[in-house]
Amino acid sequence: MLIFEHSSKGRKGAPQSPATKASVSAIPENLLRKQSAALPEVSELQAVRHFTRLSQKNFSIDTEFYPLGSCTMKYNPRACNTLAMLPGFLNAHPLTPDEQNQGFLACMYELQEMLCEATGMAAFSLAPMAGAQGEFAGVAMIEAYHKARGDDARKEILVPDAAHGTNPATAVMCGFTVKEIPTLDNGDVDLDALTEAVGPQTAGLMLTNPSTLGVFERNIEAIAKVVHEAGGLLYYDGANLNAILGKIRPGDMGFDVIHSNLHKTFSTPHGGGGPGSGAVGVADRLKEFLPLPVVDKVDDGYRYLTAEDRPQSIGRLSAFMGNPGVLLRAYIYMRFLGREGMVRVAEFATLNANYMMAEAKRRGFTLAIDNRRASHEFIITLKNEARDYHVSAMDFAKRLLDLGYHAPTTYFPLLVPECLLIEPTESEAKEALDGFMDALEQIKHEAETNPELLHAAPQTLPVKRLDEVRAAKKLDLAFAR
Amino acid sequence: MPFIPHTDEEITQMLERIGVDSVDDLFDEIPVHLRAGVLDAVPAGMNEMEISRLMRQRASENTTATCFLGAGAYEHHIPAAVWEITTRGEFYSAYTPYQAEASQGTLQLTYEYQSMMTALTAMDVSNASMYDGASSLAEAILMAVRANRKSKSRKILMPTTVNPVYRKTAHTIVKGQQIELVEVSYDQAAGTVSLEQLKQAQQQQGGDITAVVLQQPNFFGCLEDVDAITDWAQENKILLIAVINPLTMAVLSPPGNWGTGSGADIACGDGQPLGAPMSAGGPYYGLLCCKQALVRQMPGRIVGRTVDLDGKEGFVLTLQAREQHIRRSKATSNICTNQGLVVTASTIYMSIQGAQGLENTAAACFENNNKLVAKLSAIDGVNKVFSGTHFHETALQLEKPAAGVLKALMQKGILGGYDLSHDYPELGNAILVCTTEMRSEEDIDAYAKALQEVLNVASLAESA
Repeated sequence: MLIFEHSSKGRKGAPQSPATKASVSAIPENLLRKQSAALPEVSELQAVRHFTRLSQKNFSIDTEFYPLGSCTMKYNPRACNTLAMLPGFLNAHPLTPDEQNQGFLACMYELQEMLCEATGMAAFSLAPMAGAQGEFAGVAMIEAYHKARGDDARKEILVPDAAHGTNPATAVMCGFTVKEIPTLDNGDVDLDALTEAVGPQTAGLMLTNPSTLGVFERNIEAIAKVVHEAGGLLYYDGANLNAILGKIRPGDMGFDVIHSNLHKTFSTPHGGGGPGSGAVGVADRLKEFLPLPVVDKVDDGYRYLTAEDRPQSIGRLSAFMGNPGVLLRAYIYMRFLGREGMVRVAEFATLNANYMMAEAKRRGFTLAIDNRRASHEFIITLKNEARDYHVSAMDFAKRLLDLGYHAPTTYFPLLVPECLLIEPTESEAKEALDGFMDALEQIKHEAETNPELLHAAPQTLPVKRLDEVRAAKKLDLAFAR
Repeated sequence: MPFIPHTDEEITQMLERIGVDSVDDLFDEIPVHLRAGVLDAVPAGMNEMEISRLMRQRASENTTATCFLGAGAYEHHIPAAVWEITTRGEFYSAYTPYQAEASQGTLQLTYEYQSMMTALTAMDVSNASMYDGASSLAEAILMAVRANRKSKSRKILMPTTVNPVYRKTAHTIVKGQQIELVEVSYDQAAGTVSLEQLKQAQQQQGGDITAVVLQQPNFFGCLEDVDAITDWAQENKILLIAVINPLTMAVLSPPGNWGTGSGADIACGDGQPLGAPMSAGGPYYGLLCCKQALVRQMPGRIVGRTVDLDGKEGFVLTLQAREQHIRRSKATSNICTNQGLVVTASTIYMSIQGAQGLENTAAACFENNNKLVAKLSAIDGVNKVFSGTHFHETALQLEKPAAGVLKALMQKGILGGYDLSHDYPELGNAILVCTTEMRSEEDIDAYAKALQEVLNVASLAESA
């Protein structure tokens, strides 16, 4: 039932707003609204009950194991939320003079510094509001760098075919053309193809390492050399640092620009689709191009750098300072971890993934890439099950929901047929991993003996499988009053 | 080990199953000479008690003042229930609703949000949100360029009455795609862009204009002549992009109703006034609405209502063929993560307030601003810059440098407004003051008293 269907005409009594409507008759008649907006008219209790019930229709980290590959669904510590919502932060107007905003700016400056250290980059900007905006900032800086050098012919961005869809979409937004580089069966980038592809037109290469296939790119030094010798820059899609934090740093691998999704590695909540943060880091030669604002430390405190301080900046990406509430949560989480905790994140995320991969193999599943170490995630391909029993990765995913587990990422990366991309994260205990593997094994058995169970799943959730074709054909995007 | 549950015994069992001796062996594909050393610049870890102490200290170093500053972020009352419900773990710690059956809570809520936003703006379609108001303007411009196939120029008329940081942000985001943002000046008496000025700009640019941006209320709090400009745009096949403050739409004519035709083509703006705290700049969210004809050019996620196998109502992400994970380099935008949790708060806020609550709130902002402006402009040396009606912001001319006055007000515990002299040097020593429903008569009197005192200090000009 929609909130609109709980509505009764004339019901009000929100004690939160002014009780009466002041006169607006000084506003010219034609600029006034003629008819009240058709919003629901409900009591506070009705609203609270409705939205509490809606929340109960969600799977979440707080309620289920959520091994969604490449999304890093680790525990979001409650203290990070509580402390980021202290009144001193919540009540700060974004244009508060720096002198009155020192507590917040100190946190932001230290966050920049910790990110530099963790990634081996020279400078960071916290401005991008999500990974895709971080990518945009990164590629825009590559463009600005070449342009500042008068190197105007570099119009092409190289992207591995296994890359996330945002990579090519971003390159196009920044005015580049995109060339895809093939990936070898063992998960490494095809170095010969790369060497052939680079040239005076190459602006840069966007790369994820560990790759979207869940393995470490072993030729990273050779790749960096090829791209740099051609005059291009190396962009690190660091959507996820969970597998390498404190183990190896993108800066040391030769990357010139990176973005880091703080809502993954640094545990800020995903909130049902955001907000996130895609902080960007750069090598020294790109520092001047960072998006604004950047926080600087001066003798008597901290201040925002402006366009006057950074005339070569690619500019602003939002009205104010990215997503400060997200940045504060990431800062608090990093202070919890400290330098030893960061290394342990990578160690235990990797331990959990490799354990699950070993378990998957033992239980008869086919790994997309065998005989390699898993990073923080790994891939099962269900192509054999699909062939033999006519069940798809989607069927497995839906059946998992019935058994109380959120499904892994399905059908990504696009290169692997019928795949499940599984990322347990470090915050899950062994029994959760074992429980999930038991469920997966049970489903495999069901696929062999009673595939209908999979086709008909889910049965235990608020709805059964939904008609997506109808949703796209008979568009119903808003309640009709 | 913070947030890592493993016991020593489990670690041993797991390593055995993998077939390695130590956790370190799992990293043996990383070249040894590239391995990181100790992260010296990261401090040692802390426990929750220590972090709480640190963060309370930091929060207290942010000095609070009575806020008369707006300029794109507004202090409104947020009912306690809003963030209590929003931060329930089931909303807070869920991911993007890709598994629809396990995400009906977020999906239905988003559909309800879309319904509320279309009701408020009188537009046909709303997406599930963009990052903020400024970036949603950039996406609205990109959308207009894709949608207006009759126009070849990729020129956008951008009145300077549009929020300066929105203009800057839009420039950053669209400049890679050969789109030209043509600035159009405003009428210095009225503080609004006139139809004549827009017509003139159109002529100077050779006639072919892709879209025009119009902010209501505009950055100065003045009310633009939205009907006439919308009609002119439609006659000239120019798409009209409205930038709005959604709370004011409870009282003001919404973009879908502008003019005598079908209204604005695209509406964008910042959702912050509807339930998001100011929070040093975010997270807020960008609202983005359009006419039905433009739905396939809409960036970002959209939720649709459909049925399940049994014919029962349910909700899914729809029209995904527009998005980057399907279309890759041909997507409408690279956006994927949006501002879902803030949209959750906003939907609960709008439900609790209802239309009546929003109208009362918006009208109180209007009334309080009038009271403030009456009191302040009664002071010698303080004058309204523009004639006409203002919504909850007003530009005031001072006889002394704005920066010094604002600094002196801050020392008296008053965040006195926005210094207009950087973005609008033609206005001289002008500030933009803002009042919401939060400001009491006492607050307003305190501001007037403080300003009087500050302006009386003879040495101010020198100290500034």
